[in-house]
Amino acid sequence: MSLLEELYKEILLRHYKRPLNFGVLENPTVRQPGVNPSCGDSLELELRLEDGRIAEAAWKGQGCAISMASASLMSELIKGQTLPQALELARKFKAMVVEGAEPAPELGDLRALAGVHKLHARVKCATLAWNALEEALKP
Amino acid sequence: MPLTLESIRQDFPLIAGRPDLVYLDSTASSQKPQAVIEAMSRFYRESYANVHRGAYSLSLAATDAYEQARHTLARFIGAEPEEVIFVRNTTEALNLVAYAWGLHNLREDDEILLTEMEHHANLVPWHLVARRTGARIKAIPVTPEGRLELAALDELLTERVRVVSLVHMSNVLGTVNPVVEVARRAKAVGALVVVDGAQSAPHLPVDVKALGADFFAFSGHKMCGPTGAGVLWGRAEVLQDLPPFLGGGDMILEVHLDRSTYAKPPQRFEAGTPPIAEAIALGAAAEYLMGVGMERVWQHDRALLEHCLARLDAELPEVRTFGPRGEDRGGVVAFSLGDLHAHDVACALDQHGIAVRAGHHCAQPLHRKLGLASTARASFYLYTTFEEVDRFVEGLKQVREFFKDWL
Repeated sequence: MSLLEELYKEILLRHYKRPLNFGVLENPTVRQPGVNPSCGDSLELELRLEDGRIAEAAWKGQGCAISMASASLMSELIKGQTLPQALELARKFKAMVVEGAEPAPELGDLRALAGVHKLHARVKCATLAWNALEEALKP
Repeated sequence: MPLTLESIRQDFPLIAGRPDLVYLDSTASSQKPQAVIEAMSRFYRESYANVHRGAYSLSLAATDAYEQARHTLARFIGAEPEEVIFVRNTTEALNLVAYAWGLHNLREDDEILLTEMEHHANLVPWHLVARRTGARIKAIPVTPEGRLELAALDELLTERVRVVSLVHMSNVLGTVNPVVEVARRAKAVGALVVVDGAQSAPHLPVDVKALGADFFAFSGHKMCGPTGAGVLWGRAEVLQDLPPFLGGGDMILEVHLDRSTYAKPPQRFEAGTPPIAEAIALGAAAEYLMGVGMERVWQHDRALLEHCLARLDAELPEVRTFGPRGEDRGGVVAFSLGDLHAHDVACALDQHGIAVRAGHHCAQPLHRKLGLASTARASFYLYTTFEEVDRFVEGLKQVREFFKDWL
């Protein structure tokens, strides 16, 4: 299977065409923009934090299939997680795409993005939403 | 050996050594011929010393080589050597003008006239200077075809306009702007005329005197030269009264603890040890291009462009290209494939060994005007072949096939 086939799987196509949690929240407690200045991709992540957990997550933005699918999958995965759990997911996701670490089972469908590691130019696309998440959860 | 496309390709070690690669990003930076690599290497091996330290013969030889390069670059653009200032690149050249001229001449409510197709290098320096002087920025609009809206000039060129700074050839649309006409009309209201020649100097014959401008800026690395050396040309009368941009060694007449006087141009604008080897190699690049002939470089780019556009129009209806159709366009093809993001397209082309750029190409206002966040861009140069353009078109067809469910 080619690098591209390995990466652009059905799962990404689904999230690219029908992104989950795309939009804005009624009462966000955190709003965090994320920009990739080299290509102009941008998104805005909104979270509603409640009792130390991410009660709701939404995002909107424009960008390539990788960055949009990554944001869609992330927004679904982090719902209901405590802040340390969400940050741990971010760490594991980045380990997978930046360092090429074995995909952690907790990442679920996001493991489809493991191939990004071999396409260095796309690492910034895959991590755009995650960088915004880490920024949003900073104390 | 007669000069053929094949012989030109053999002059470029990276091109000759990588038959698998289709390099279509010369607009971002060009590949280098052996003559340039060798000029830089030979200077370091045989005659390296700092310049303008005339006490010993090695430094005199280095100075001669550096000044010789200045003469060559002057010949390349039809200028006098004293008007050629070595800088790092176009960006530094435009910053030099914005700071040295702009800070001293712009007042509150003066106007700076730019265009909607400018590279960030000809926008941000003016933003910085406008903020400090209170001057205002206006822009000549771009038509849907990708040309400057000249009809708007009369209204835009008020007496408040003190400087008009525009790109000669767009790095996104390929448009070659009618600089002569804009300069003539700008001069009529007494404005300074600055030209961003980053794309025109490498791709078409340039005669700065005929343009009617005051400044012309270009980079070496886009015209077969090394990174780190570029040129700001300034008309002698304008340079004469221009205060320095950077201060330091080599640009002075006399220095006291609390004040200093400055050297004549061009030395006044070359503070510190310049990029000596890079400037010498840039001289070799200009010699190389003049050997090929800039008219020939331009005609080759044009022929590749027409071939590419004809095939895209006929065979890939899902591809939308940007930029004017006509003689006033160089070898740049910014495009989109359906609604696919440029990064996805460029990444897929890369899997076929085809190197194109994707993004906003440092022209966000232009992309905003086009209603796009980004485009992919293929660009050609003297070493690009028709077969490579064909491989690009065939590659795009495979990308279309791969993404057929995504389109």
